[in-house]
Amino acid sequence: MSPAPLLSAQGLRVGFTTEGGLLQAVDGVSFDLAAGEVLAIVGESGSGKSVTAQTIVGLTRSPNARIEGSVRLGDTELLDASETELRKVRGERIAMVFQDPMTSFNPVYRLGAQIVEAIRAHRDGVSKSEGRARAVELLDSVGIPDAERRVDDYPHEFSGGMRQRAMIAMALALEPEVLIADEPTTALDVTIQAQVLRLLESLNRERGVATILITHDLGVVAEVADRVLVMYAGRVVEEGTLDEIFYDPQHPYTWGLLGSLTRLDRPRPKRLRQISGAPPSLLSLPEGCSFRPRCPHEFAKCMEMPGLEARLADAPSHCDRCWLDPERKREKREVGGQIGLEAPA
Amino acid sequence: MGRFVVRRLAGMVLVLFAVSVLVFAIFNLIPNSDPAQRLAGKNATPTLVKSIEEDWGFDESLPVQYFDTMKKIFTGELISYGDELNVDERIAEGIPTSFSLCIGAAVIWLFFGVLFGYLSATRAGGWLDRALTVGSVGGISIPVFLIATLFLYFLTYKIELFPASGYVPLLEDPIQWAYHLILPWFTLAILNIGFYSRVLRSNMLDVMREDYVRTARAKGLDEKRVMIRHVLRNSLIPIVTLFGLDFGATLFGGAIITEVIFSLGGVGQYAAEAITNLDLPPLMAITIFGAFFVVLFNALTDVVYAYLDPRIRLGTSAQ
Repeated sequence: MSPAPLLSAQGLRVGFTTEGGLLQAVDGVSFDLAAGEVLAIVGESGSGKSVTAQTIVGLTRSPNARIEGSVRLGDTELLDASETELRKVRGERIAMVFQDPMTSFNPVYRLGAQIVEAIRAHRDGVSKSEGRARAVELLDSVGIPDAERRVDDYPHEFSGGMRQRAMIAMALALEPEVLIADEPTTALDVTIQAQVLRLLESLNRERGVATILITHDLGVVAEVADRVLVMYAGRVVEEGTLDEIFYDPQHPYTWGLLGSLTRLDRPRPKRLRQISGAPPSLLSLPEGCSFRPRCPHEFAKCMEMPGLEARLADAPSHCDRCWLDPERKREKREVGGQIGLEAPA
Repeated sequence: MGRFVVRRLAGMVLVLFAVSVLVFAIFNLIPNSDPAQRLAGKNATPTLVKSIEEDWGFDESLPVQYFDTMKKIFTGELISYGDELNVDERIAEGIPTSFSLCIGAAVIWLFFGVLFGYLSATRAGGWLDRALTVGSVGGISIPVFLIATLFLYFLTYKIELFPASGYVPLLEDPIQWAYHLILPWFTLAILNIGFYSRVLRSNMLDVMREDYVRTARAKGLDEKRVMIRHVLRNSLIPIVTLFGLDFGATLFGGAIITEVIFSLGGVGQYAAEAITNLDLPPLMAITIFGAFFVVLFNALTDVVYAYLDPRIRLGTSAQ
């Protein structure tokens, strides 16, 4: 643990006023991101992971958004920052890569021009031709073949995987300290996913870019993350190192996520495992633990919301929100020789 | 590109043929439209009518008459039944007026339509947006003849600010030209200002939700640049389609009322005269002329479209 984290969120809450009432999309998320670290935020759709990521750089600001808590980048408080101050942080110090590379580039401008635009937004002195040369260099560095020629292509002339590489190249244009990748591989073919992950991993290793990786895919997490935050219904339900989460998961929701992974080194299950039920509506959360209605291990105490606490004596940084006794958890999560939420019906 | 042009030209000929046949057929189906009777006057003898029929070729079969009329349009020999003047020459006389009116109006409606649409969309929900919405809906709802009448009453009669009628050629006196056209321009433009600003507003609000707009913000672009370079630029693409259709249609249709009210003496006013007198030759010629421009602007729209949206490239497949 480094003494001063690069990026730190404390008690981040994001709500949106809707016709149905206040929708609390993110409810008290805290984390620290150290320089050079890869933090994965995992959860289903609607768990608040993307909102968390976008709130860091102020992309969720709107008249009907209620944002509370603190997000600090070094000494700067980002939640209080003016639009102008935030604009200087975006792209320059914190860059983002989004989920769908097909729609994340403007279709009417050449890719190179869009990268140059990102550079010139922060570097007044850079000429268009210097910017273009830099764009070629960047595209080349993320493995776009024949970058000198492809820099003048339009987005639709690139394949999905190439576009995501170009997206990453654009994010790296100004050598940011933090890269936020919001489901960077979700829209890609499996083979391309692996390439993009390897690229993100090498960027982290070689350039020391601290990365927040947002995903619903634990397979992705296992490959690149140092630490993992598991989110459910706007809250962090478990937090720990990669090994802690994968080998000693404490929250039944994490068991469910791990159990639903299909593993090639195990006999093929009759049915793919799933977590039954659906995430609760954020407008009407259940009383107590939000995962209670889907949890087969529910007991009386679950009517009370558990806090995010370290419950294991030997792992002070491994926190979770579950009332079950850690010893009992060890028995309960064993399903057919591996970790899971419950035996398939 | 070559194939595109050929295809477009073929389509154009087909459209013009269909339109002219339709007008010709409708004219001959209208009761009391027998041109020989009308030319001969009220108390004409059957012999006179008969001789007029022979002179003008009305005794021929309809297809022959149709092709004869069409041939004369293109050789410039078509004579009106009403004033017995050469039709093509009268259209040629009216063209500078009609073009001045329509091009000027188009510039005005594009400028204000885009300006108001942009202001509305970037301040959606604010008081300016509401005011512009009310104004736009008003502009769309008020009929052209009422706008023209209100203009005439308040701006030429009550306060004598503008001339009530007439057209001064551009080359003769550019200032008088513009001065005489200001009221007709705005009369013609107001409907489309309202319409275009509404369409642009909703296009922009849609585009603002696009992923690439979020990307543009995440790059650290300032809000104005995001709005103009990314939101407005992409929202203008559908506006171009609209404009291509509207401009062609206005040139020889939408401008008729305005031309008549302000007595500009353009092609539109000639069309209005021909309609009231059931005068077939000018109707045929003006229809073909108008249809020609509608089709032409449609083709131009496609070309501009490809320029604005690189995903649509004519004749060349991607890669």
